[in-house]
Amino acid sequence: MLSADLTLILPEILLSVYAMLALIGAVYTGKDQLARPLIWLTSALFVAFAVWIATSRGGTANAFGGMFVVDGFARFAKVTILVSAAAVLAMSEEYMARRGLLRFEYPILVALAAVGMMVMVSAGDLIALYMGLELQSLALYVVASLRRDSARSTEAGLKYFVLGALSSGLLLYGASLTYGYAGTTLFSGILAAAGEGTVSLGLLFGLVFLTSGIAFKVSAVPFHMWTPDVYEGAPTPITAFFATAPKVAAMGLFARLLHDAFGGVTGDWKQIVAFLSLLSMFLGSIAAIGQTNIKRLMAYSSIAHMGYALMGLAAGTALGVQALLIYMAIYVTMNVGTFAFILSMERDGQPVTDIASLNMYSRTEPGKALAMLVLLFSLAGVPPLVGFFGKLYVLRAAYDGGLAWLALAGVIASVIGAYYYLRIVFLMYFGSERDDRLDAGGSGVLWLFLAVPAIAMVAGVVNLFGIEGAAAAAAASLVN
Amino acid sequence: MIGLEHYLTVAAALFVIGIFGLFLNRKNVIILLMSIELMLLAVNINLVAFSAHLGDLVGQVFTLFVLTVAAAEAAIGLAILVCFFRNRGTIAVEDINVMKG
Repeated sequence: MLSADLTLILPEILLSVYAMLALIGAVYTGKDQLARPLIWLTSALFVAFAVWIATSRGGTANAFGGMFVVDGFARFAKVTILVSAAAVLAMSEEYMARRGLLRFEYPILVALAAVGMMVMVSAGDLIALYMGLELQSLALYVVASLRRDSARSTEAGLKYFVLGALSSGLLLYGASLTYGYAGTTLFSGILAAAGEGTVSLGLLFGLVFLTSGIAFKVSAVPFHMWTPDVYEGAPTPITAFFATAPKVAAMGLFARLLHDAFGGVTGDWKQIVAFLSLLSMFLGSIAAIGQTNIKRLMAYSSIAHMGYALMGLAAGTALGVQALLIYMAIYVTMNVGTFAFILSMERDGQPVTDIASLNMYSRTEPGKALAMLVLLFSLAGVPPLVGFFGKLYVLRAAYDGGLAWLALAGVIASVIGAYYYLRIVFLMYFGSERDDRLDAGGSGVLWLFLAVPAIAMVAGVVNLFGIEGAAAAAAASLVN
Repeated sequence: MIGLEHYLTVAAALFVIGIFGLFLNRKNVIILLMSIELMLLAVNINLVAFSAHLGDLVGQVFTLFVLTVAAAEAAIGLAILVCFFRNRGTIAVEDINVMKG
């Protein structure tokens, strides 16, 4: 019995054992000299684990009395998390080395955060949910302030910590109420206690607190205020990490909690999620217009994208979860490419995040400008790029789920949002000539991570690389 | 006789004091850490009260996990605060303003 449980949780155990061994090994031997090999080793391990999880079969299995669930949904989310974390690690190595940020703690903390995220998407119990979430969050607080000698980075870490701890508090308060009124912390038990139709007042309070705690983690409006500051202050590779894997994990956790524990009372949480989605889409699209810093712009962009992803969740159907998963996979791919571009923005060897510095970038680097153009069009949701299909899926799910007004609002918000993506394209191709051009060249690794997502955005139009079927199977395993 | 509702009331009051401490405090980041701790402890009172009321041990196990994580959280918060103090020479809440969010 125990060995069967341990087999199910083996990827998480191996990854955490690796992180601890790497920590002790690095502390007793080379310290920061080992940072470079550790980054590549961790990245390679992530890819290996992703392949392992993706190829492992066998439907839904529970470990530890239902506390830990391994199903198609968890596998899909874990593969997305691990692949994006590996990509971000691989592209950060050169940037970190040139800024003197090559610390061995970085890959280890990312590995621990990845373990936390894997537990989050597999949680079948409020305690497992909380432990996974905290393992992820505590590691992320530290990496946000990785540049210890910078006021911006430490301030980002401090803001993230205080607001993250507040959100954990809200989530826990909700968990305690849910436990008290359902009599159990197991999702299956909560599902039975909540029943069908309407939920009791105590459980409803628990649901609302849990929802607002997780809304903080996915940076949905009105719980988004940490996002722009943390994105701006943290070193760019770490911002890239924040924008990808943790968002997938938090969305996965959100979907699992709402469907596994409160799946019988869809009507109660549908409006809350629809409300979060509506506000996120509009605030993200409108507030991004005035931004001059591309990292802040990406923060608002990610808030808006979380709004679209939540639209899929708000539908409350299997189709909605499928749309959510497809949207998150596409979003992560686009963000990896965009951040590879931002990482390569340099003037005289110094990183630049000012949008105005992109004036006439197409003259300096036509290839990169073209790749960025594809990614920006895809982020804006312009057909026929893959980003458009992501939006199409969530809009269809919302429409089928009886939220036609939300789908309509989503279309309007995406038209508003297209403005600031297209403004960057305009600057790159038709901007004014300036003396302080960005440097040409840049490393091959960043080129690779910019070009591959850009090509994927065009080539994926054919069949979305088959993620549609995988997402459908994953959604079917969660919603039944 | 002190019943479940009394414990829940105390916990809710503590939790609200914690949230207000986070938002109204304009002085010192240490007070923010204390407010966070207060919120987590309010949750613990809730969990233990429910656990005793339901005759179910899971709530108390949950409490132990929360206590452990709260300790780790406070340690990380203080570590980040020390780094921040080294850079800025202050831990006043109104000085956390390099970036306007």
